[in-house]
Amino acid sequence: MNIQTSLQNFQTADSAPSPLLAVEGLNVAFQTSQGHVDAVRDLSLQIAPGEILALVGESGSGKSVTARALVGLTGPRSTAKASKIELIAHDGRPLDLLGLSEKAWRHVRGREIGFILQDALVSLDPLRTIGREIAEPILAHRLVPRSLVSQHVAQLLERVGVPEPESRMEQYAHQLSGGLRQRALIASALGGQPRLLIADEPTTALDVSVQKRVLAIFRELAAAGHGILLITHDLAVAAQLADRVAVMQRGRVVETGPARLLLSDPRHDYTRQLLAAVPTTAKRGRRLSAPDVPLPPRQPVRSGERLLEIGNVSMSFRRADGSLLRAVSNVSLHIDRGETLGVVGESGSGKTTLGKIALALQHPDAGEVLFEGRPWSALSERLRRPLRAGMQTISQDPLSSFNPRFTVERIIEQPLLLYGGLGRSQRREKIVELMNLVGLPADLLARRPTALSGGQRQRVSIAQALAATPKLLVCDEPVSALDVTTQAQVLDLLVDLQARFGLSMIFISHDLGVIQHISHRIVVMKHGAIVESGSVKEVFERPQHAYTRELIASVPRFGDT
Amino acid sequence: MSDIVLAENGRERRIMRRRPIWLSFGLLVPFVFVIVLGVAVWAPQWLSSFDPEAVDPNAILLPPDAGHWFGTDELGRDLFSRVVHGTSQSLTIGIGATLIASIGGIVLGTTAALAPRPISRLLLRIIDILLAFPEMLLALLVIAVLGRGPANTLLAVGLASIAGYARLIRSQVLQIKLSGYVEHAVALGEHPWTIVSRHIVPNAIRPLLILATIGVGSSVLSASALSFLGLGVVPPEAEWGALLANGRNFLDIAPWTSLLPATVVALSVISITLLGRRLQTLLATGDLR
Repeated sequence: MNIQTSLQNFQTADSAPSPLLAVEGLNVAFQTSQGHVDAVRDLSLQIAPGEILALVGESGSGKSVTARALVGLTGPRSTAKASKIELIAHDGRPLDLLGLSEKAWRHVRGREIGFILQDALVSLDPLRTIGREIAEPILAHRLVPRSLVSQHVAQLLERVGVPEPESRMEQYAHQLSGGLRQRALIASALGGQPRLLIADEPTTALDVSVQKRVLAIFRELAAAGHGILLITHDLAVAAQLADRVAVMQRGRVVETGPARLLLSDPRHDYTRQLLAAVPTTAKRGRRLSAPDVPLPPRQPVRSGERLLEIGNVSMSFRRADGSLLRAVSNVSLHIDRGETLGVVGESGSGKTTLGKIALALQHPDAGEVLFEGRPWSALSERLRRPLRAGMQTISQDPLSSFNPRFTVERIIEQPLLLYGGLGRSQRREKIVELMNLVGLPADLLARRPTALSGGQRQRVSIAQALAATPKLLVCDEPVSALDVTTQAQVLDLLVDLQARFGLSMIFISHDLGVIQHISHRIVVMKHGAIVESGSVKEVFERPQHAYTRELIASVPRFGDT
Repeated sequence: MSDIVLAENGRERRIMRRRPIWLSFGLLVPFVFVIVLGVAVWAPQWLSSFDPEAVDPNAILLPPDAGHWFGTDELGRDLFSRVVHGTSQSLTIGIGATLIASIGGIVLGTTAALAPRPISRLLLRIIDILLAFPEMLLALLVIAVLGRGPANTLLAVGLASIAGYARLIRSQVLQIKLSGYVEHAVALGEHPWTIVSRHIVPNAIRPLLILATIGVGSSVLSASALSFLGLGVVPPEAEWGALLANGRNFLDIAPWTSLLPATVVALSVISITLLGRRLQTLLATGDLR
């Protein structure tokens, strides 16, 4: 296997034109309070002009550290070593990036290497207009006479697909949408006309449709001869964009190869595991974390037995400037016993508000919610409180929904104290049982949630929800903050638990891949309204709305074996 | 293949092991000083053999020496033992006043944040008006109504600083009220009183802990200031502020009579504040660094 991998490496290196960037034997280590940590070990890569290399891996695999090492920004308490880092500079001569002084680095950053960071809102200076931000590298490297700078900036913005560049230049980062902000950031990286671009998770914060447009810009840049190093955790993005893919695990590159080949026929076990964990249409009804272990048979949906009914619900918020935002407009839906309803939509589509209305945490302006055929939203909080056990919630960020002073044990104990009527030792037993159920060892009970990993936290919040023995779980983006393999485990757990307890679920997500995997029925939301609904099969086979088609196109298709 | 160092950031490599935490200077010195203060409160006779009230006409305004460490005052009383015996009173006032201010601040601040509209508005205005006055003026007002004496000094200093604490607690409570875990507790079906007592208040008082330890120091100073003005503890009693006020009369001929007690006041305030900050870090991170 290893021989084959290196053979592939060799072939690509040979067939490609002389590389724009060549890295050999890169090691990055950090001194932390826990001791010496090797973040990157013996990494080698090459990028040719016009080539997009995707460095993929889960959080902590060392991919971002690699990117930062290439621009000499690994930060304090770090040591970066390499046997070779060579970049072809503008003058066509190879430039040695080893042992550069801070002053020499400043001539490289922005001029020879453009760096595009993940979160455009924090990477752009809030006190400067977009135009001045983009002009910065141009002025710093004295590329264009001062009088022509603004014209040049407008051209750059136009090149990355920003409409009306002259007026956008005068705006501040917070006045732009996420997609425009990301494009402005790309434009600022292009300002110094670097041949090599490094993009660290450039589309992670973006909605599907915007992501598609930003990826198209990268494709154009590659076609124009830029070499691009793309750092991403999202295999679907790598599949759509990259020519070659390098998979990182614990600081090492475990597999490199042409994107199409590597993602359809992975050699390394870890790559296989990663690909198996991505929910695709072909994997529906299968276990994601361990493809060979079958999922338990799902309990049949008792259709006709309405558990939750939402009838013509509308809700508006007042914006800061006084105007009204219709978050949810005239939405009706129902969930039967044992059913999972997937709610999919982009950010701002009103899906979270809908979830809060279902939970009666927000009161709708119009319409009514019925739970088990009885009034729910119309009840006073005093009358609703004893019934709340029947409907529990799991949120995207469990850390924020836990009292920071509570240990795991107290968190899970909360609903038991409310509803169980159990004694102290019985409660303890029940808590250990719940921990078992969600696959957590009991010795985590004394910890605080800050000392847990993202996946463990989500399991704790599932255990807490189950402690109330609910009939309906409202899950709001429960796996969006997790790595793909952790996401796979949590999704499998939810399916297992549903089969075991006959739970109903409202599953809210922006990711149609996840939604189609877990749901019986799908509801697509846009601008606060439902634009499409039906069973997974119906929606996928006969999408009615253009937006649904766009979402379906975004569901990854690789690894469908 | 020889590796070339690409970038070596951070301090030069040395053995990374930290000194044991109890050896660190910034923790050890205040800790020892606070223990000494504790001894001065519970067993002042262990620290000084002189009677703080004993008048000695043969030893008036003596400079510090081996016998009288801080010298003597205009009546020949040993200053060191007066400072030691005054510790109890000064610290009682400092801690007591801070307790009054904290508890008052928590109750007032929480109510101002969570009560229905008219009540919360009213309380907020009251807090604002109190904040508009200097604390010392409020303390003087309380003294004017209640009269002098150690207990009234404590009460005056405590009541005068309620408003600041209340304001802090109110803003904390307002923030926590909107937090994910409070919303989550509502979704779990917890009773509003449980939410206030288990979730909101315990989290809101976190920043109060550090403010209160600094508050002990500043209350000691305020009480000393009141005594200095002759409005707090009545002179024959040994209290730090009273000692300072008394020493001021002899500043030109016997500067130690006010400078040395002032040093003790300053060191106490600094030590208590430093320890308080360590305590805060400990509570926040579980680590004593």
